[in-house]
Amino acid sequence: MSRQSRRRSEKQQIDWHLPSTSSTGSAYHMGTELFILTYGTLVAQLCEDCEKDEDINKVLDKMGHNIGTRLVEDFLARSNITQCRNSYETAEVIAKVAFKMYLGVTPRVTFWNQAGDDCSLFLEKNPLRGYVEIPEKHSNLLYSNMICGILRGALKMVRLQVDIQLLHDSVNDDKVTEIRMKLMRRHKAVRTVEKEQKHPVGT
Amino acid sequence: MVVYSVYVVNKAGGLVYQYDNYSPRTDVEKTFSHPLDLVLKVYDERVVVSFGQRDGIKVGYAVLSINGIDVNGKYMSDNRDVLEYLNTSFNYPLAIRFGRPRLTSNEKLMLASMFHSLFAIGSQLSPEPGSSGIEMLETDAFKLHCFQTLTGIKFIVLADPRQAGIDSLLRKIYEIYSDFALKNPFYSLEMPIRCDLFEQNLKVALEIAEKAGTFGAGS
Repeated sequence: MSRQSRRRSEKQQIDWHLPSTSSTGSAYHMGTELFILTYGTLVAQLCEDCEKDEDINKVLDKMGHNIGTRLVEDFLARSNITQCRNSYETAEVIAKVAFKMYLGVTPRVTFWNQAGDDCSLFLEKNPLRGYVEIPEKHSNLLYSNMICGILRGALKMVRLQVDIQLLHDSVNDDKVTEIRMKLMRRHKAVRTVEKEQKHPVGT
Repeated sequence: MVVYSVYVVNKAGGLVYQYDNYSPRTDVEKTFSHPLDLVLKVYDERVVVSFGQRDGIKVGYAVLSINGIDVNGKYMSDNRDVLEYLNTSFNYPLAIRFGRPRLTSNEKLMLASMFHSLFAIGSQLSPEPGSSGIEMLETDAFKLHCFQTLTGIKFIVLADPRQAGIDSLLRKIYEIYSDFALKNPFYSLEMPIRCDLFEQNLKVALEIAEKAGTFGAGS
């Protein structure tokens, strides 16, 4: 038995002993209340700053995009996902792994179109909308639009251009958020930055 | 069992971060009096020993520092020419340090870009479709391991050929990058990484990998 324990395989577990401030070292969980409140304050501040709901939606999308471009590396580093072979796999990974990891909920992936590049993600319980009631004057506000921005930014970093829209955001007591995701284009393997910039990439 | 250096290359092939971990054991510092019995010449923007090998100072070694002050190529830190300085008997006796010439940061940038291109060529040479790029480059003195993320960033580690566990070290460096570089809002993507926390945690991870590696190989 001692001989077996001495034989170690290449993929041994290394104990990294990272300081507790690193999110890898200690699996700390932040309270959802703080997160919901922070997001809520952000949207409330934007409502004061901007006149129109469309502008607020755009700003939320842009913020989400900035988050997404950074979050994707964290996601790929932690989840050991290999390259997805088609859009079904991509949508499954987004719904089952990414959403689970960051929001703790798993949306349903349905309503695939014929070509197989257009689908809907249904979030039964949207953690962002837990305690929120949107007043009448902001009827066009897409409260969870940041999630769309995050998905768009993240997929852009792995060279997938997507068109993402928040369709239904818990109106009429349905409490269901629907995100429509259309995979538009896949960039070929990037050789140089110049080549990629020839394609019109969405901001 | 040592990890020699870490390089991080961005999507465009530019070097974003570089860390050297090895302490060169070839440096020799000696006190000299005029006239110098080593023949020096300027080669590749450095002052190099061309004849007169002795006492551990070999041909090809560059002048690294004079009297403790680092030399900048063929000029000293106060912009005086090194060869002129060494030819003036007035300045002697002096202590000169010779050693294998180090790579300058420009050279490292060039090498990283070159490797980026070779990496892409590697995947094109493949007879099978959908191959990855170069994952390992092996010489008798070191092994170069490369890990490319799905977002196009490459993490390159140069290590001792017998060092084990480099794959998990590369994944670990990816995690440290996603934590301390990306979660820092003042760091812009694709730009050189100048985050202290990133460097500190990287050093810790390298130390742990080196210690763990001794258990992996050959025991």
